[in-house]
Amino acid sequence: MSERLLIEGGRVVDPARGVDGRLDVLIEDGQIRALAPGLGGKGEYARVIDARGLVVTPGLVDMHVHLREPGNEEEETIASGAAAAAAGGFTSVAAMPNTDPAVDNEAACEFQVNQGRRAAKARVYPIGAITKGRRGEELAEMGGMVRGGAVGFSDDGSPVRNAEVMRRGLLYAKMFDKVVIDHAEDPDLAGKGVMHAGLVSMILGLSGKSSASEEVMVARDITLAEITGARLHIAHVSTEGSVELVRGAKARGIKVTCEATPHHFSLTDEAVRSFDPNFKKNPPLRTGDDVQAILDGLKDGTVDAIASDHAPHSREAKEVEFQDAPNGVTGLETMVPVSYTRLVEERGLPLARLVELLSVGPAKILGIAGGSLAPGAPADVTVLDLETAHAIDVETFRSKSRNCPFRGWPVRGRAAFTLVGGRVVHELAAVAAPSAPQ
Amino acid sequence: MTPEAARDERTKETGSGEGPALPEDVRPRWTRKHLLGLEELSKDEIEVVLDTAERFREISTRSVKKVPALRGRVVVNLFFEASTRTRVSFGLAAQRLSADVVDFQKEGSSSEKGETLIDTAKNIEAMGVDVFVVRHEASGAPWNLARHLKTSVVNAGDGSHEHPTQGLLDIFTIRQAKGRVAGLEVAIVGDIAHSRVARSNIWGLLKLGAKVTVVGPSTLVPSRFRELGVAVSHDLDAVLPRVDVINMLRIQRERQAGMSFPSIREYSRLFGLTRARLKRAKPDISIMHPGPINRGVEIAPEVADGPSSLVLKQVESGLAVRMAVLYLVVGGKPAVRGAEDK
Repeated sequence: MSERLLIEGGRVVDPARGVDGRLDVLIEDGQIRALAPGLGGKGEYARVIDARGLVVTPGLVDMHVHLREPGNEEEETIASGAAAAAAGGFTSVAAMPNTDPAVDNEAACEFQVNQGRRAAKARVYPIGAITKGRRGEELAEMGGMVRGGAVGFSDDGSPVRNAEVMRRGLLYAKMFDKVVIDHAEDPDLAGKGVMHAGLVSMILGLSGKSSASEEVMVARDITLAEITGARLHIAHVSTEGSVELVRGAKARGIKVTCEATPHHFSLTDEAVRSFDPNFKKNPPLRTGDDVQAILDGLKDGTVDAIASDHAPHSREAKEVEFQDAPNGVTGLETMVPVSYTRLVEERGLPLARLVELLSVGPAKILGIAGGSLAPGAPADVTVLDLETAHAIDVETFRSKSRNCPFRGWPVRGRAAFTLVGGRVVHELAAVAAPSAPQ
Repeated sequence: MTPEAARDERTKETGSGEGPALPEDVRPRWTRKHLLGLEELSKDEIEVVLDTAERFREISTRSVKKVPALRGRVVVNLFFEASTRTRVSFGLAAQRLSADVVDFQKEGSSSEKGETLIDTAKNIEAMGVDVFVVRHEASGAPWNLARHLKTSVVNAGDGSHEHPTQGLLDIFTIRQAKGRVAGLEVAIVGDIAHSRVARSNIWGLLKLGAKVTVVGPSTLVPSRFRELGVAVSHDLDAVLPRVDVINMLRIQRERQAGMSFPSIREYSRLFGLTRARLKRAKPDISIMHPGPINRGVEIAPEVADGPSSLVLKQVESGLAVRMAVLYLVVGGKPAVRGAEDK
């Protein structure tokens, strides 16, 4: 006998299919079976989730996370990262290959996929390295990695310095119809910068990374995408110029997409005046003009996805002087509240657009299942509570790390329920009692 | 009492032999526990330090150069970067106030050694300390300490960020030499981009009403400095005729390895203060240098030692200013703190 589950009485927002209304969602055998009003009285259900006052969306996708396994399991594991994803409302995450050793071969991809299955909290998709060891020299075995489960390629924090290697990487990835994700940064121009190069870095006497250090690489790689016809995705755009370059490239029909992070559209380099390493990021927090350009891009479609760039770091690693601290902030458990509060509540972005940026947008770029509640699709579903005011509390995080730049922020928006393949992997009450069986 | 009246009050001679007769109203005008930078100080607070330093300067002229102002207090010099004159100056300043002084020196950044700066400082704090005087290669290190400690923190130079007591002593020296600061034209010459001395001078001088021009090669003097309210020039000869004070910063030879300018010889030719070049200056120009001097690079020996030079006055002022700062940051607090309240 098949197991049936009903999500009853919620506002269903499924931008991929243009759905926005009060509907029940019937899940059977781990798949979406039907969306319709008034399914409650019909038949037996193993469970009925009361979604009245809540918003039901396709399972959210975070296409840019760092899960630190293998190599830095004290900061995060695939299990703890997947639990953080589920708690944050994410049913799928794409893990960057800057592990130790790098994920640059088939076995490493399979390992991550298997660890994700064992964790059974979210679907974990590996992003493989473009080059062996992420050294930017020889192409890694992309064909094997695709067999191992890789959904895209990136050298992540180590941009491919040699333009010819990047050109070949794009061309080779195109053979598998996989996206190449670009951490766009010219290492020479970025130099030893530890924050955005601008008025604040000048006052603080900290060395800066100019906007140009990002933009020259975005421009180079757009040109390479154009000549190869490959799919290029610019990770974490942080400058006004980068947004403009992507906008122009899209207008010319080049296959380029980009993502933005909540910290880049919510914070500026002014935050660094505190010298708090929780505001140290690469690319760095930039200026108010850059924030505005990203907000405009989110609205007009230039930006295709919101991604967290979840980068857990231990307290010991971050509790040093700003210039010595590693880059990165956590994000899986703050992305929904910060994005909803900043974009929908404060800026009036339509809710359906936010859901698009968090689900079908990234799913399409990676070519993975999900992103929609179409009947027959895997029942990856997120049920959001967008009403309850709360404050970001790092002590509730499932992530092993606490390097969060949004501590104490007053927000609305959180995952009430997260379902992967029809299985409830997170429900809000469990947050208070982490040891409760689920 | 208005600030002006308070100042008149303070400048009266008291004739007391006990120590500096410190004005009663200094306390309400100085409420800070730390001295971290000049950016965050008001004009009034800067003047409180300068006026207090004025009183302490007199002590150095006595045969017994000591007052009991900080008796029983402990000052720890926490230096993570090489320094001679600043450390000695703080040490002497503390001793003249009868404080106990401990020197702690550590090479390299704390993180390289495995112990964080905060852990190091907390361990020393547990032994009972009133003031940490901190020099660190990382911008912001004193702010980090101030956030985590109960003890007063005095910044003795953090990265390229601030060096507030150097800024204060330079301004004190100018006030001594010229009788005023407001309305003076001051040029600061050198590697402005990487200079904490330049930044602290800029904040302090602007707040007190001086006009400031920063001068040096375009690779070391970003035009963005204009946004702070200073003029930017890459032509020393054009600036020289109009300035009352010129502060020649030490040019760090290692910067050349960073390819910020082609050679020391070219730097010296374009921005070195030579006797020939000095002929373009006002006859009463005052020449300053925070030391240590690269003789023949940024300043010619005969200029550094010449009649217009205030270099040794700066060192003398440093002692008085640091006495004032130590006195102000610990003033009015119980003497024994540290271990028992942790």
